[in-house]
Amino acid sequence: MQTLDDPSLVSHYVTDAFYCELMEAFSDWQRDDRAILDSHERELFRALIEREARLLDALEFDAWLAMYAPQCIYWVPAVPGGGDPRRQVAISFDDRRRMEDRVYRLRTGYAWSQAPISRTVRMAANVEVFAAATPARRMVRSNFLISEFRPDGVRFLSGWCGHRLVEQGGRWEIEVRQVNLIDCDQNLRNPSIIL
Amino acid sequence: MLNKPCASSLNAADLYDWDELVQEDRVHRLIYTDPAIFQAELTNIWGAVWVYLGHESQIPGNNDFITTRLGLRPIILIRDADGKIRALFNRCTHRGTTLARKESGNAHMFTCPYHGWSYLSTGKLRAVPWPDGYACDFKDGRFNLAQVPRVDSYRGFVFGTLNPDAPALVEYLGGITTPIDEWLDRNPGGKVEVCEANRLKYKGNWKLAYDNSGDGYHVVFSHRSLLEMENRLADDANKGMSYYRGSPDAKPMYMRYTGNGHHFKDKRPNIAKRAGGLWAVEGAAPGSEHAEASLRRRFGPSADDILDLAGSEPVNINVFPNLSLLGNHIQVFDPVSVDETNVTWYATRIVDADGTLGEALDEINALRMRTQEQFPNFGEVDDLANFEEIQRGLACLEDEWIYMHRGLGIPGRVKIDDKGQVTAPATDEAFMREYIKEWKRLMQASPKLVVKRDP
Repeated sequence: MQTLDDPSLVSHYVTDAFYCELMEAFSDWQRDDRAILDSHERELFRALIEREARLLDALEFDAWLAMYAPQCIYWVPAVPGGGDPRRQVAISFDDRRRMEDRVYRLRTGYAWSQAPISRTVRMAANVEVFAAATPARRMVRSNFLISEFRPDGVRFLSGWCGHRLVEQGGRWEIEVRQVNLIDCDQNLRNPSIIL
Repeated sequence: MLNKPCASSLNAADLYDWDELVQEDRVHRLIYTDPAIFQAELTNIWGAVWVYLGHESQIPGNNDFITTRLGLRPIILIRDADGKIRALFNRCTHRGTTLARKESGNAHMFTCPYHGWSYLSTGKLRAVPWPDGYACDFKDGRFNLAQVPRVDSYRGFVFGTLNPDAPALVEYLGGITTPIDEWLDRNPGGKVEVCEANRLKYKGNWKLAYDNSGDGYHVVFSHRSLLEMENRLADDANKGMSYYRGSPDAKPMYMRYTGNGHHFKDKRPNIAKRAGGLWAVEGAAPGSEHAEASLRRRFGPSADDILDLAGSEPVNINVFPNLSLLGNHIQVFDPVSVDETNVTWYATRIVDADGTLGEALDEINALRMRTQEQFPNFGEVDDLANFEEIQRGLACLEDEWIYMHRGLGIPGRVKIDDKGQVTAPATDEAFMREYIKEWKRLMQASPKLVVKRDP
């Protein structure tokens, strides 16, 4: 049942405090003193990252969205290091509703930049798990290489992700995914897939 | 007998019968595909007229610089030690390497990584290593950096030209200064700051973007997915460019060609003229409802005017050859090759130079970032896909013509005023016909471009 506060419909959670907390959480977090080396945990989060990659390659957007917490962020910074999304545009800074907008547009059949649809294979590797500010959360670093085939050939999008995950009712949900393309501040050709 | 080397060995005027290539209702595919025409444009367009180089807010302090291009020439756009804005050729006079390898920075001098020659931020040669190994004494100034001889700024927009015979910048801009002024003045204090960008590129000729820049005919077809997306949750399906639906030519919006290649699409008459009218048709953005509630709680009735500042100003102001002001964006086209163009959508943030916003400033700027991300993510990509497909389609050599005749020949439809400005309905192609005539005139000319070496 959708209520008045349904983040799919209305956006109340992206507040100044939210932005501040986000930038804090995504600064200086890949630290050896926060690294979690337990192999069970590392395997759990590696499997989650790989599943996300598979769902996006398969265009299973509903299952992909279901991996995310209701109040979530898909953030593709325009500057290395992330920058300040309150004062600068990002390549993408989507809340739940805008993530759903993005999926909706791709499904209209009129998104010419995805006509035909790209064929992709995502590689995710170098998965490392770090403690976050609260015990029910984790920060996960991973590297990615997306091979994308469009009519004139295959091209590659490379970078690294920072995921923040939160444990809710026995499962881990993605709260924030920060996608850092190595060429985020360069002129990109047809950036129309969900990374 | 050998020809004396000169900057451009081609005389564009002699390349083609230009009246054959550019006709009243159509243009030849060659203007988009011919490398010789592209090469000639590097002189006759990207040198001979005022070209947009950057915004003053990108170089706010003395010795601040950005690296950019004038055509294909690498440029250091710098505010020198005395505060004067210069466009230095990013090219060591000695053996030609670039000096500044970063995209931005602050430097009172540039030292060449190759042989250590150094230059001040004015372009003046400062020193060379072991000068006693040279017969010349370096005092005559011919080894100073070359720089763009004429650099001028209109209300923060910095332009440059290599043409000593070009009119003054203000004269070149002519009637397009009125919409530029209005676009700036809707922001408190009449100033904006550039704050990062959505940077895109497409494999197609730069003129495909300028052809599109005032195009009202394409909106409901090219941007159908965007219109459907931004209206999917709306009680009233009037968000974004919905006014192009139905009978767009019967709406009060219009296009106006103001001269020298510049033109303007004014969609403001479509929007209810009231505080909050622009915000009412802005598509949903991250944080919209929170920001609106917060601003209304804190500022009461004046929240409507504040929210309008995060709305997308419904104009397309196009300054030939490479600058567009639309929504809140500064959009810049840069040619890379005959079939590749960079398109950079610089976002702007309010400076609140006159203090009217006070505590609302940070909140409205944050919202304005999110509304500005919308069109590059969900609209522009579809335009660029179409431009790439035009470049592919133009490989049909024998299918020679690109038509620009919408609105032509219908009595009373296109109006010309006593200043020579051309006004037409929103979906007309009048602006294309007018700007490409000016392009033709420029390609038929023989400009004598120069550089300056004396700071």
